[in-house]
Amino acid sequence: MRVAYLDNYAASPLPPEVREAMLPWLGESYGNPSSLHSWGDKARMAVEESREKVAALIGADPEEIIFTSGGTEANNLAVKGIAAGSRRKGKHLVVSAIEHFSVLHAARSLEKQGYELSTVPVDGHGRIDLDALQAAIDEDTVLVSVMTANGEMGTIQPIQEAARIAAQKEVPFHTDAVAAAGHLPLDVKEMGVQAISLSSDLIYGPQGVGALWVKKGVRLIPLLDGGVQEGGRRGGTENLPGIVGMGKAAELARRKMAARSDHLKSLRDALISRLPQKVEHVYLTGHPTERLPWNASFVVEFIEGEGMLLFLDQQGVAVSSGSACTSRALKGSHVLTAMGIPPERAQGSILFSLGPQNSMEDIDYVLEVFPPIVERLRSMSPLYAKYVKERG
Amino acid sequence: MAIYSDTVMDHFTNPRNVGEIEDADGVGEVGNPVCGDMMTFYIKVDDQERISDVKFKTFGCGAAIAVSSMVSEMAKGKTIEEALKISRNDVAQELGGLPQNKMHCSNLGADALHLAIEDYLSKKGKGKDE
Repeated sequence: MRVAYLDNYAASPLPPEVREAMLPWLGESYGNPSSLHSWGDKARMAVEESREKVAALIGADPEEIIFTSGGTEANNLAVKGIAAGSRRKGKHLVVSAIEHFSVLHAARSLEKQGYELSTVPVDGHGRIDLDALQAAIDEDTVLVSVMTANGEMGTIQPIQEAARIAAQKEVPFHTDAVAAAGHLPLDVKEMGVQAISLSSDLIYGPQGVGALWVKKGVRLIPLLDGGVQEGGRRGGTENLPGIVGMGKAAELARRKMAARSDHLKSLRDALISRLPQKVEHVYLTGHPTERLPWNASFVVEFIEGEGMLLFLDQQGVAVSSGSACTSRALKGSHVLTAMGIPPERAQGSILFSLGPQNSMEDIDYVLEVFPPIVERLRSMSPLYAKYVKERG
Repeated sequence: MAIYSDTVMDHFTNPRNVGEIEDADGVGEVGNPVCGDMMTFYIKVDDQERISDVKFKTFGCGAAIAVSSMVSEMAKGKTIEEALKISRNDVAQELGGLPQNKMHCSNLGADALHLAIEDYLSKKGKGKDE
């Protein structure tokens, strides 16, 4: 059977170059970067080399990179660590309504501990309301966090403008760049931000490793107390193969960004233009142009996401959905809700997340197998029956 | 392990009795699209108070569709008294189990069937009064 893996936001195949770079550290090479002997030296050098590569991806100073266990830890460290570092200054946080749960829930956890939380709304395209952001910041605000781009619906945020607003009020600005890094050129100086979260797997590195960049001068309290690894900002023996893999992935991302983006955009735009021609009542979610190269997200009216996902899986196609039924918590996507998409329509959420390994044949194949699936689910749907009756 | 049993996948992939009955003797509707699942059941009842035909339409996840299909099969040919005894647990059991988080929200088929039967009974009651 033909297969088309279009769920690269969840996981993606590891490029052979990354695997090759990691393999020695899963075999003949070993050592603890904290050890003083030559085994330790070699391990330390591997970590530092990766740190330079990751820093180069965002135009940062390598000393300001902290390796973590992934994007979730990086976001938690940024939100909780910066808040704790400035608790004498104030107890107010500002985040956008469409943040990843690792920012949103970290902020809500602080709220339970007595912090105040302001959530900044987005428009129908998922772009943050800059006036509302400006209004939300007060003398008590210690952190603003707005993601660079949203992985669920693809919209790229006006980060420079948002960061400028925070800078005028001298509040540290963190951006979760997990979904954007490796696909959009990011430069910490141009962006004007003070902290950036990255995840290895979203730049086609291994899972289970990430990084937080924090500008010198921003006070950060560690989440994990332990040894003096990562400059005392994150205790625990380093995930050596993971860090080496992330370094290689960052190097490749920098070198191949333009070519990968062009390729991904051509696939994305083919899906975005051709799917609505094949299926009625399908709507793009997120911004029509200011969107991630790999993201083609839609809502399909009158049916629910899990059914689409399971039928597509039977045809060898992997996708994901933000419908309530597909989430383990059985809650509809807070991102689609924040954009004003009504809950019953959000139930029809479907996300095609493209990767460098995908081809136009994959898109052709999906466009061939998907319309009959929609038709099949609509033939069972009481909502579609009602619509047809009303249409007459 | 896959999240759904083989029986659930079979009923989801090849649902039995999908459709509507124009001149149904009873119609039952449960759920709403906001919470994720919505089911409409249609029944025909013969002179012996037996369910001679069942059809359904469902908006919802794989479990919701499989539950509807299973309920329609279980109800067909049963007397309304027997059909009223079909419980949510019976349906889940016949399906070879359902994931814990789907037991509540998606397992509404028996409720929709019971509402269709109540609709039939109330219509019949009204008929007698006239």
